[in-house]
Amino acid sequence: MFSWDLLANAVVAGLLLGGFYAAVSLGIGLVFGLLDIANIAQPAFLILGAYATYVMNESFGFDPILSGILFTPVFYLIGAAVYRIYYSSFERRGEESLRGLVFFFGILFILEVSLSLKFGVDYRLVQAGYIGKSIEFAGVGIAFRYLIPCVVGLAMTGALYLFLGRTFYGRAIMAVSQDQGALRLMGANPVHIKTIAFGVGIAAASLAGALLITISPVVPSTDRDYIGRMFAITVLGGMGSIGGTLVAAVLLGVTESLMSTFAGPSWSQAVSFGILLLVLAVRPAGLFGR
Amino acid sequence: MAAALLEVDGVVKRFGGFTALNNVTIHVKQGERFGLIGPNGSGKTTLINCVSGSLRVDQGRIRFAGTDVTTLPPHRRTQLGIARSFQIPKPFRSMTVLENLGIPLEYAGHARGHDGAAEAADILREIGLEAKAHLRPAGLTQIEMRKLELARAMAARPKLLISDEAMAGLSSAEVDDILTILFRLNAQGITIIMIEHIMRAVMRFSERIVVLDAGERIAEGTPEEIVRNPAVEKAYLGE
Amino acid sequence: MITRTEWALAAGLAVIAAGIGLAALRLNPYLYFAGYVILQYVVIATAWNILGGYAGYVNFGTPAFFAMGAYTAVFLIRWVKAPLPVLILAGGLVAALLGLGIGYLTLRLRGTFFSIATLALAVVLQTVMINWEYVGGSRGISVIRPSGPPFGNYVVFLFTVMTALAVLAVLVARFIERSWIGRGLAALRDNEEAAECMGVPTLKLKLFATTVSGFLLGVAGAPFPYYVTFVEPNSAFALDYAVNALAMPMIGGTTSWIGPVIGAVLLATAQQLATVTISSELNLLIVGVVLVLFVVVAPEGILGLVRRVRGR
Repeated sequence: MFSWDLLANAVVAGLLLGGFYAAVSLGIGLVFGLLDIANIAQPAFLILGAYATYVMNESFGFDPILSGILFTPVFYLIGAAVYRIYYSSFERRGEESLRGLVFFFGILFILEVSLSLKFGVDYRLVQAGYIGKSIEFAGVGIAFRYLIPCVVGLAMTGALYLFLGRTFYGRAIMAVSQDQGALRLMGANPVHIKTIAFGVGIAAASLAGALLITISPVVPSTDRDYIGRMFAITVLGGMGSIGGTLVAAVLLGVTESLMSTFAGPSWSQAVSFGILLLVLAVRPAGLFGR
Repeated sequence: MAAALLEVDGVVKRFGGFTALNNVTIHVKQGERFGLIGPNGSGKTTLINCVSGSLRVDQGRIRFAGTDVTTLPPHRRTQLGIARSFQIPKPFRSMTVLENLGIPLEYAGHARGHDGAAEAADILREIGLEAKAHLRPAGLTQIEMRKLELARAMAARPKLLISDEAMAGLSSAEVDDILTILFRLNAQGITIIMIEHIMRAVMRFSERIVVLDAGERIAEGTPEEIVRNPAVEKAYLGE
Repeated sequence: MITRTEWALAAGLAVIAAGIGLAALRLNPYLYFAGYVILQYVVIATAWNILGGYAGYVNFGTPAFFAMGAYTAVFLIRWVKAPLPVLILAGGLVAALLGLGIGYLTLRLRGTFFSIATLALAVVLQTVMINWEYVGGSRGISVIRPSGPPFGNYVVFLFTVMTALAVLAVLVARFIERSWIGRGLAALRDNEEAAECMGVPTLKLKLFATTVSGFLLGVAGAPFPYYVTFVEPNSAFALDYAVNALAMPMIGGTTSWIGPVIGAVLLATAQQLATVTISSELNLLIVGVVLVLFVVVAPEGILGLVRRVRGR
C-alpha cells in the first residue's frame, strides 16, 4: 500500500529520527571512533540518562531537555571515573582487548539490571508542554517530540565538531587519536586527554538519554535496541568522522523509517544490524573514515 | 649468476594521504646477504611488512621463488619460505620459549611432535637460549627476546630470513654473536635480508645494500659504494 | 600404557554412568531440574571458552546461539516431531552455521568488531523470532514431551542427556586444547600478527573455533523446549545466558578446559541455591558484579589464583 503522502511522512520522520540518532551516536563516535575504546556500555549510559531525566521530570517536574543538560557534569564525572578504572586495569597493561570488552559488558549488564531492579519493567515516560503538539509543514505533520530532539541532536553534533576543531582540549583529543607519542612530546598527558574525551562521551549520553525518553517511553532493556544503531552509525559514518556520524545517522533514520512504514516496525533492529554487517564486510572504513 | 629469490617490483603503499613506499623495486638473489638501510621513517619496516604480507600493497607485484605472492596472506608466504623477526619483539606470552618455537615448526616447518622438539632444542642451542627453554617470555631480558625473535624465524625453516633490527641496543659482543649466527645460516643456503642501523654490522655482513629514504630507493651497491655515495650521506645527515 | 586421552575418555564414560546411576535412584525431582541447568551451563561455558579463552575472541551473543538451538528444535518438533538426537544435531548445526556466518563477515577485522556484531546479533535474532508465528512468535509456544521416557520422567531423562552432552563438550574442548589447533589458537590469541607470520592460518582457525563454539551452544539449547515445555523469546534469549557464558569461564579460568567447568559448577550451583532466597534479577546483578571484580582484580580466574599459590 503506497502513497506519496505516506512516503513523504516516512522520509520526514526518518530525517528527524536521524538528528536524534546523531545525538545518540556522538558519544561512541568520540570514544570508539576517535580513541578506539570499545565502550559497549554506552547504550546503558544512554538509558541511565533517560531514567535520570524521568526521575527529575516525575519528581520535580523538570523539563526533560533541561534535566539532560543539568546532568551532563554528573555523567562527565562518571565517565571520567570509568575510564580511569579501565585505563589502570587494562589499557596500561596492554590487555585492553579481551578483558576491556568484558569489563564494559559487565558495566552494561550491571547498569541494565540495576535499573530493572529499581524501576521494574514498566514503561516510563516524561511529560512536557510540547510533547503531543505538532506543526504542519508542506503537508507533512511534524511532532514536537521528534522535532526538538532532532534540533538538539544537530546542535550537539555542531557543538562537538567545534569542540574538536577549535578548542585546545578538542584538538588534543584529535591529536591523541592520531599519535599519542607526539602528544606526550608536546607536554600533554594522553591519559588526561582521554579521560576528558571519555567523560564528554558519557555526558553526551546523558543528554541523548533525555532526548530518548522525550521521543518514546523506555524500559531498562531499551539499551539493547541502541547497540546495533550506535555502532552501525559509527562504522557507516567512518571511525573518527563527526560529520560522517551525522550523515550515517540520517541515513539510518530514513532507512528505518521507510522500512517501518512499508514493512512493519519490527524490522528496525534488522536494519541497523544489516547495515553494520554490510559495512564491515564491504568497506570497514565507512563513508568518511580514515 | 644466482636467480632472483625475491622480486619486489614497483611497490606503492599509502596510509591515507601519506605515501610510505613510492615505486620501490628490489631484487634479492638466491643465497645473497642483502642489507636494507635508511633513516628512521624511510619505509624499511613498511617494505618488510609488505613482503611478509602483514600489509597489502596498493600497487606493484611481489614474487618469491617464481611465485606471485602479492595477494597471499602472511601464513601462506611463511609456508612458502619467507620468515621475519619483528623489530619490537612479539613473543607468544602464554608459552615457554620452547613452545614459542613449536608454533613455526609445526605450522611452517612441518615438524610436529617429537621431531619438532629436537629441532627446537637445536635452534635454542645455536642461538644461546637453551638455558631459558622452559621460561615464559616475561622472564627474558631484552636481548634474549631479540634472540627469541630470530630463533622463531629460524624455526620456520625459511628460504628467506628477514631480520628487522635484531641488534638494536645490543652490546658489541652480542652484535657479533648475532652476526655469527646469521653468517652461519647464510652458509647453509638461507638468503638473508638485514635491516639495521648498526652500520658496522650491515657493512660487514652485506654483499649488497639498498638504501631507502622517504619511501624511495635512493642508492644500491656494495658496502664500499654505499659508504662513498653522497646521496646516502645526505639522507642520513641532512643538507 | 594407557594414554592420557584414553584416561579422559574413560573418565567421561564414568561421569555419564554416574549420571545414569543418579537418574535411576529416583531422588528428589528438584535435584534433576537443578542438575540439568548446571550441566547445561557446563556445556555453555565450555563452548564459549573455545572461542573466548583459547582464541581470545569474545562472544557477547551467547543467547543468540543458544536460542537458535532451542528454536531449531521447536521448529523440527512442530514440523516433523523429530526425535531428540535429531533435534540436538540440527540445533547444533544451525548454530554452527550462524557462528560461521558471523565469523566470516567480521573475523577478518579486529576482534572488537566481532564482539560488537555478536552483541547486536542477539537483539536482532530475538526480533526475528518474535515475528515468526510458526515457532510461537512473541506469545510463545507449548511443547509436549514424548511419552514413555526412560526412568519414567522426562526431566530425569534430560538430565542424563545433558550429562552426556557436558562430557562431549568437555572432551571436545580438551581435545582441541591439546592439539595443534589449540596451540595455533593460543598463538593467535597471544599475538595474531606474529602467529600469522609464523605460518598459522589465523582466519581458518578463528572460523573453526567460532563454528565449533556455535555448534556446542546450539547443542546446549536443543533440549531446552522439552525441558521447559513452553518456549518464548524472553526465556530463550535470556540475559542469564549472556552473562553466565562470560562469567563462568572468566571466573573459573580461561586457559584450560577445567576453568569453565569449575566456573559453571560453582556459579550455576550458587544461582540455583540463591533463586530460592533472592530474586533472579538480584542474582544476575551479583553475577555481573562478581564478573567485573574478577576481570579487574583476578583476570586469570580461579585457575590463575591456584597457579599463583602453587608458585608457577
